Amino acid sequence: MSAATPSQAPPPPIMQVPDGQPGRRDTPLLAAGSIAGKALVIVVAIMTFLASMTAGTVELVASASTSWRADIAREATIQVRPRQGRAIEQDVIRAEALARATAGISDVKVYNKRESERLLEPWLGAGLDIAELPVPRLIELKVSGRPDFAMLRRQLAEQAPSATLDDHRMWLQRLGAMASAMVIVGVLIMVLVLVATALAIAFATRGAMAGNRDIIEVLNLVGATDDFIAREFQKHFLRLGLRGGAIGGAAAMLTFWFAGFTAARWNATPGGDQLEALFGTFALGLRGYLAVVVIAIIVAITTAIVSRITVFRNLRGLD
Amino acid sequence: MLVRFENVGLRYGLGTEILRDISFEIKPKSFQFLSGPSGSGKTTLLKMMLATLKPTRGLVHLFGEDVGRMDKDKVTALRRKVGVVLQDFRLLDHLTTYENVALPLRVQGQNEDSYRAEVIELLRWVGLGERMHVPPSILSGGEKQRTAIARALIVRPDLLLADEPTGNVDPVLAKRLVRLFTELNKLGTAIVMATHDWALMDQIPERRLVLTDGRMRIEE
Repeated sequence: MSAATPSQAPPPPIMQVPDGQPGRRDTPLLAAGSIAGKALVIVVAIMTFLASMTAGTVELVASASTSWRADIAREATIQVRPRQGRAIEQDVIRAEALARATAGISDVKVYNKRESERLLEPWLGAGLDIAELPVPRLIELKVSGRPDFAMLRRQLAEQAPSATLDDHRMWLQRLGAMASAMVIVGVLIMVLVLVATALAIAFATRGAMAGNRDIIEVLNLVGATDDFIAREFQKHFLRLGLRGGAIGGAAAMLTFWFAGFTAARWNATPGGDQLEALFGTFALGLRGYLAVVVIAIIVAITTAIVSRITVFRNLRGLD
Repeated sequence: MLVRFENVGLRYGLGTEILRDISFEIKPKSFQFLSGPSGSGKTTLLKMMLATLKPTRGLVHLFGEDVGRMDKDKVTALRRKVGVVLQDFRLLDHLTTYENVALPLRVQGQNEDSYRAEVIELLRWVGLGERMHVPPSILSGGEKQRTAIARALIVRPDLLLADEPTGNVDPVLAKRLVRLFTELNKLGTAIVMATHDWALMDQIPERRLVLTDGRMRIEE
């Protein structure tokens, strides 16, 4: 401060002050009280919670569907129907031989007549004589590799025409389509939540700019660039976004952990078995928890970016 | 030339012209009073010198640049060369006196370590050494005035625009402030001091730009 101090004035001694004493260099330039901080943190937390719950649910369904598909893909069935003019036992033997000869099929189990009839007992009752009924016979195939089902189907048609092969492809396709639809819907919901968050932030930023109009004018007068002003808002909103994201994400993780914990305690009950059949262990894996963390971070970053863009637009408007 | 106005006129909307045919120049290291009765357009003229208002006709050149063609970056660069003391001080109430004075350096991205001693020295020089940690809300009118002046001086401006800087202070302090401005002027800062205090102007034989009914008369 030598140039601005007149030469006539006695040079005052520089006051010795410890570092950081005169003013904390991180004192925010925006008046914190002028921004609806708490309400915004709650909005961001709710949005993060919703997005995280969606992501977690999608992850649960996707991994459950993968395990269903894997289970189904590991099995195939040959059904031999009684047909006039054909000896069913011969066809069963032929079909079994063909299946055993096919590479990629590790085990073949033929249900004998008694076993096939027992499969029908739940529907027809135990006391009924079903010896005269044309009961089809089943051959269960355990798949270990990638068998050539097309060739097996062709061979069955030639050598055992009453036998048909069901490799569950239709089920696999349906399950695949359902899982994909769930993922698409989940992603759409997350995008909607992010857009809603962005809009809430844009409104809050505009409100904050109106509340800090005097400060913005002073900053402009003392030579602050738009970038500097936008950075001040961005810092503030990033802090709010991180706080909201952390709260929402933590709440979602806690909810999933609690759901997994409760499902594990219900394990032996019929309801628990149903749940397990649908969702596997009903426990969110590491990938699910990571997704929640990533969503919380994305929400916080979105908060900062949207506030920055809004400030720039409004400052341009002020010109 | 720091400032050059050529046949400048200004009107708000479709109203009558507040300023008419204003032509003057402000040379580097010069001192001038801008005077005229209340409502004569002194503050409006100062705003035009800060590029916050653009003329509706005529030419305004600031630091050699036509204001009409200045983009935002140039306006920002201009404001870093011009110190301004506004009538209502425009201090930020949630910052301390020290932080208010340091604000122009902070917005330039300077590190606090590089300016701390300088800000403290200036605060002591304007008599606010003991008040640097308090917010403006508990400062007296005179102290606020001096804080605003210190904020304008901290960037060592080429041009200082002061709008009624003695308006809120007692005659003794007013005299001291004017002496402060003349001393600054001797160090090379051009000064435009808006005032309607004729007694004060009579004490200092400097150039006067007198606004009456939107027109300017220059008394060399």
